Amino acid sequence: MLYGLKIATRYLTASKAQTALLVLGVAVGVFIFVFMSALIGGLAEFILSRTVGDISHITIEADDPDPPLLIHRDGHVLAAIERGRTRTATLSDAATYLPLIETVPGVVAVSPQIGGAGFLARGAQVAQVSVTGLEPGRESAILNLRGYIVEGSERLGSGIVVLGETLADDLSLKLGQTLRLQSSIGASAVLTVGGIYSTGNGMIDASSVYVSLPTARTLFALPQGVTRIEIKLSDLNAADATALRIAALTGLDAVPWTDGAEQLMEALNAQAQTGYFLKTFALITIVIGVASALLLSTYRRRPEIGIMRAMGAGRGFVIFVFVTQGALVGLLGGLSGAALGYLALLPFPSRDAFEPGTLPMDITQGSYGLAITLTVIGAILASILPARSAARVDPVTAIGQ
Amino acid sequence: MTALLQVSDLTKTFGSGEAETRVLRGLSLTLAAGEMAALLGPSGSGKSTLLTILGTLMKPTSGRYTMLGQDLVAADDRALTEFRNRHIGFVFQFHNLLPDFTALENVVFPTAVREGRETAQARARGRDLLVRMGLEARVNFPSSNLSGGQKQRVAVARALMNRPELVLADEPTGNLDRDSAMQVMDLIAEINRDEGTTFLISTHDEKIAGLCCRQIVVGEGVVTG
Repeated sequence: MLYGLKIATRYLTASKAQTALLVLGVAVGVFIFVFMSALIGGLAEFILSRTVGDISHITIEADDPDPPLLIHRDGHVLAAIERGRTRTATLSDAATYLPLIETVPGVVAVSPQIGGAGFLARGAQVAQVSVTGLEPGRESAILNLRGYIVEGSERLGSGIVVLGETLADDLSLKLGQTLRLQSSIGASAVLTVGGIYSTGNGMIDASSVYVSLPTARTLFALPQGVTRIEIKLSDLNAADATALRIAALTGLDAVPWTDGAEQLMEALNAQAQTGYFLKTFALITIVIGVASALLLSTYRRRPEIGIMRAMGAGRGFVIFVFVTQGALVGLLGGLSGAALGYLALLPFPSRDAFEPGTLPMDITQGSYGLAITLTVIGAILASILPARSAARVDPVTAIGQ
Repeated sequence: MTALLQVSDLTKTFGSGEAETRVLRGLSLTLAAGEMAALLGPSGSGKSTLLTILGTLMKPTSGRYTMLGQDLVAADDRALTEFRNRHIGFVFQFHNLLPDFTALENVVFPTAVREGRETAQARARGRDLLVRMGLEARVNFPSSNLSGGQKQRVAVARALMNRPELVLADEPTGNLDRDSAMQVMDLIAEINRDEGTTFLISTHDEKIAGLCCRQIVVGEGVVTG
């Protein structure tokens, strides 16, 4: 088949301008494919990082036991305690599980936490807040507190509270000032503002405060254990599988972020579907372009095909020559288009440095190999019809032309 | 002399109904190995159709055709393609070279397409043939840059490349001036004499026919003389 390759190459190089235009057409299709892949992939990455980048990818919480019932000996319920709005169950053996969870592949951070509700009082001003106790040294394990700090530090220590900018404004609090934090169970502590953050999320900035784990133990009367363990992964798309693995390993109820994020997932899927459509259209354009160009070539070269057949070239040889032309056009167009796409994506900021006002392109998601492979396959498929048409050429009629 | 090919009661009909045209009407012919025969006859007598059938490029409507002991009417397309490549050479009126290839590449085509590559051996034979045709200075010329006579000599070299037993030439000098035509015919006669290749040459030219040892006259779809 080496000889068939030579004939195919010669046919392509014999009409350089025509071949260059054909390759350019394919390259433009591949360029669109690569560009759309990088855009759709980057956009998905951007949306995910903005929505779930700062939340726990897997959360472990203790099973909240059903509230006790007072039941009469004949089976009637005499009294029932209504379930509270805050979870009171604790993971008393958290210290045992933490090293185990840290060894699970894909886990990049584990944060044991104590969470609860409370009131923040500054003089006559009072605000209801959500209190989270974090382990000192792991303040930024889940929410990137360090990155959002606008004043002070994210470091939590004894008697230190870090709160949101909106809350600080509401209570006219400044760095270094003191306040009183009272938990939902009535315990209170006097704390000093050690840091003020601004995440851009109004809910968090207005109502979340962070204290050290020992401070939270005091506030919520939890001498040991934690209320939840939050886990961050290197690949948040692996949350479902990793959650199952952690659950199997520890026997705890590990919940991935995707539970309850159906709307976000649907939006991302819809976006991905749009990308597939655009990429499919780009491929269809390539296939039509290659097929029409090769059909024209087949028609133009009918007499030559007739000569080849008369000289003993079989139908298979003729098919091979034309399919190889298609494959070569696909390969050249695929490589050029992928290279053009890569070069065009270079000026865009990397995915870790997306800036407002710029397209969130991700150069690593250009699907270069896939684009080249699909293009070559598409071009080969596109050349089958012209190749079969060439193989059916009647040598007697063709030579007589 | 042993028979190279035999055809008997060969018929060929084109079209059907009122448009039906019977070009060959029970033609029978035997060619001996090493013969150089001229095929004569007026236009429309069936000469070209007969050459096309003998070249296995077309099947007859009925009749028998055997060459080298093989039944070429019953053979399928693949077998005929292989047979044609090994045993039959063609020289057409309009040379019919591949325009994007050099003279040498055109000559070695029949061998290269069979072996899947251009071997050094094939290139050496192709070069020898071109030298023999007086084209040593044109070996690597693009075929489209050659004159009509040179192209026809390249076509003769190509027809001989696989050392076929039979070369079919359809008006090989019809498009050439007298000098070029005589050059080509001298080459054909020389090869017939030296290598024993059988030639069947279709021509209208009595002078060209006179150079052949045998004249076969076709008229109304049968051999008349």
